[in-house]
Amino acid sequence: MNQKTFLAFIGPSVLMMVLFIALPLATVLKQSFYVTQPVYQTLEVETCSPTFTGQVCLKEIKTIPIIGDNGKVITQTNFVGFVNYQNVIEFPRAIAAFANKSWSQFMAIDFWKALRFTLSFTLITLPLVLLFGLLIALCINNAAKSIRGPVIFISLLPMIITPVIGALSIRWLFIGDGILTSFLEWWLVRDIAMFAQAWTIELMMMMYRVWHVAPFAAIVFYAGLQTVNQDTVESAIIDGASRWQKLRYVILPHLMPLIVFVTLIHLMDSYRVFEEVVGFSSQAHVISLQWLTYDFLTSDLMGNRSIGRASASSMLTMIGIVLLLIPVLRGVWLDYKGKRL
Amino acid sequence: MQSYAIKSIFVANDFYVREFKFRITKEQNMFLRKIATTIAISLISTSVWASCAFENDTEIKLLSNSYDAWKAVTSAMEECGNVTTVLDIDFKDKINEAFAANPSLYQIGGISNGTMVPLLNAGSIRPLDDLVAKYGSHLNPSQLIKIDGKIMAIAMSVNNQHLMYREDVLSEFRIAVPTTHAEMVAAAAIIAKYDVVDYPIGGTYKAGWNLGEEFVNNYLGNGGEFFGEGNAPSINNATGIATLNTMKDLTAYMDPEYLVGDSTYVQQQFQQGKIAMATLWGTRAAAMDNAEESQVVGKVIMASAPMGTTRPASTNWWDGVVFATNMTDEQADAAFRVAMEGLDTEMVQANNDTGVWLVEGFVAGSAAAGAIATANNGAAPYPSSLPGMGAMHTALGNGIAAFLTGDKDAATALADIEAAYTISATESGLM
Repeated sequence: MNQKTFLAFIGPSVLMMVLFIALPLATVLKQSFYVTQPVYQTLEVETCSPTFTGQVCLKEIKTIPIIGDNGKVITQTNFVGFVNYQNVIEFPRAIAAFANKSWSQFMAIDFWKALRFTLSFTLITLPLVLLFGLLIALCINNAAKSIRGPVIFISLLPMIITPVIGALSIRWLFIGDGILTSFLEWWLVRDIAMFAQAWTIELMMMMYRVWHVAPFAAIVFYAGLQTVNQDTVESAIIDGASRWQKLRYVILPHLMPLIVFVTLIHLMDSYRVFEEVVGFSSQAHVISLQWLTYDFLTSDLMGNRSIGRASASSMLTMIGIVLLLIPVLRGVWLDYKGKRL
Repeated sequence: MQSYAIKSIFVANDFYVREFKFRITKEQNMFLRKIATTIAISLISTSVWASCAFENDTEIKLLSNSYDAWKAVTSAMEECGNVTTVLDIDFKDKINEAFAANPSLYQIGGISNGTMVPLLNAGSIRPLDDLVAKYGSHLNPSQLIKIDGKIMAIAMSVNNQHLMYREDVLSEFRIAVPTTHAEMVAAAAIIAKYDVVDYPIGGTYKAGWNLGEEFVNNYLGNGGEFFGEGNAPSINNATGIATLNTMKDLTAYMDPEYLVGDSTYVQQQFQQGKIAMATLWGTRAAAMDNAEESQVVGKVIMASAPMGTTRPASTNWWDGVVFATNMTDEQADAAFRVAMEGLDTEMVQANNDTGVWLVEGFVAGSAAAGAIATANNGAAPYPSSLPGMGAMHTALGNGIAAFLTGDKDAATALADIEAAYTISATESGLM
């Protein structure tokens, strides 16, 4: 393929990636160093509003934004350096907590609290997704040909459900006297409140995520299982390999690239955990980094939102994902280099 | 109304046909059906004329909060035709951007004193003096929200949070109606000993806006001040700590999942007979006697919100409608007329107990007793005119849960809330 054809082929997708990935990223990066504020004026305003006993008019000194000639609030945008990042990470408080050796003080800072949950969520669900994905794939592979289609269909169902809807269904199964909570209460003969403490909520979130993602891993592994070299498997059997040895020394090495692939995808996806926090309305107990960004973006009662801090927080999320991916990618790279030698 | 009329005509017609099947011919039957249809059609058109004074042919969209009072008002508006209404409990997250768009995504906004401020500050709602002069002569003077002499909104009802209690439960244990939170906790301690309700107390303690609102109510009830000089926060004090402790005392008798319970959730728990006492919005009172969804019809009594040290632990709000700046004058004309139809005496008479209406024709009934008692005891208005209140409310809503779950002590929680507020207020230029 000559260079011209090559460019003609990849040109459109490069353009799209610049437009929809690189440019937004660059603007978010820029916004994370700026703060935009309305320009205020202080005025005495008379407000007449109803009460239960009739109308009351009050003269108050108010701080209100100035509206320009175009009908929009006049704002000023200032470069603030790393202030937004400092306000998200709150290093002085984190250091003070370290000095006091106080874990609870450390966890009182939103960013670190969110990071703690996000990391443990990601790292605990990862092996479970791989394990259950592999189990489901092996089950499908060993199922009789006649029922294989329906089995694949059923095991893929969780993946089809929209994440928010799935999270809400789990919420309604467990909240208050939901069916499953009632069942657990009847079974264990005790009062259970699944949404009253952090650990039960986290447990439900992880269970939900594994249930939701394992089918994806399964279908990838199932595809891999179709290409296992049958001669190698037969020779292993002739050599007296047990079922476990067959899996450990023949099938798993063959699936390794796919396992790395699923790991990469899952790390990226679950580090952005968000639907579970919103669906379970768990912000009193458990928050994630992505939820923190969302919370900065939500306007308060006066209509103010923290675009700067939200940008800083999403940049930090991206950096976090990159850091998590480095060990996996490094492994792949070394493997690749080793094969070339 | 008209649907009942039509139904009864068709039922009568069917009955007639069944009973006299053998006596009337097919042609006669057709004739009767035609008459019935004609009557039904004329009934529909007359009742439209009766419920809406004009036929609206401009596309009008409304966004508002979602509870019974808004359902009543918006369905009355819809009778005028070409009106689409969106009722959403999270409307406040959408309305500012929706109204800032040009043209605005909605012509009418259903707001309250708290949610009007950002719209007013952004200039996205229009003055209504000329429209009121043209179509609003029947409005009560107290319905006109005036900012510096200009009418900016039309109020429809006033609202606050007040005590609702199960009369049967309290009288069974000979408990007097609690007037303070301490009495409420004492009453709960008695009720908790017996297996009459799942949880003695209910509360709208959902982390976020609801939890922030509970603190605002209690803190104001205890005579607290939110801000010092130059919008600096001033909640980390004895009053703030006392307020937090009161809230924690109440949670001991609540559903352990109280941090996910919003107004609708608590209302439903009340309706299902799971709780005995709650401080809940006045607009939720009528739902207790709604036989279609409530199992405690006639058993729930409304009383004043419990007293703090200086005034009731509640805040007064008003609900009303605003109109977007970014629409044509013809649209504004139609939107205003539609809104007037939604806020007319006919609607109030049909939904008297759904709210404490400001509209002519409202008769205060038992459902409004709690809200009015709370107001008479001197509840403060929600301090939406304080410029830092938005950031403060958000910081409170996010920060109090850590104290209630026991992760932080009261002083630390309040200090952290002040720190979070300071960051937000500095960022938005208020400090």
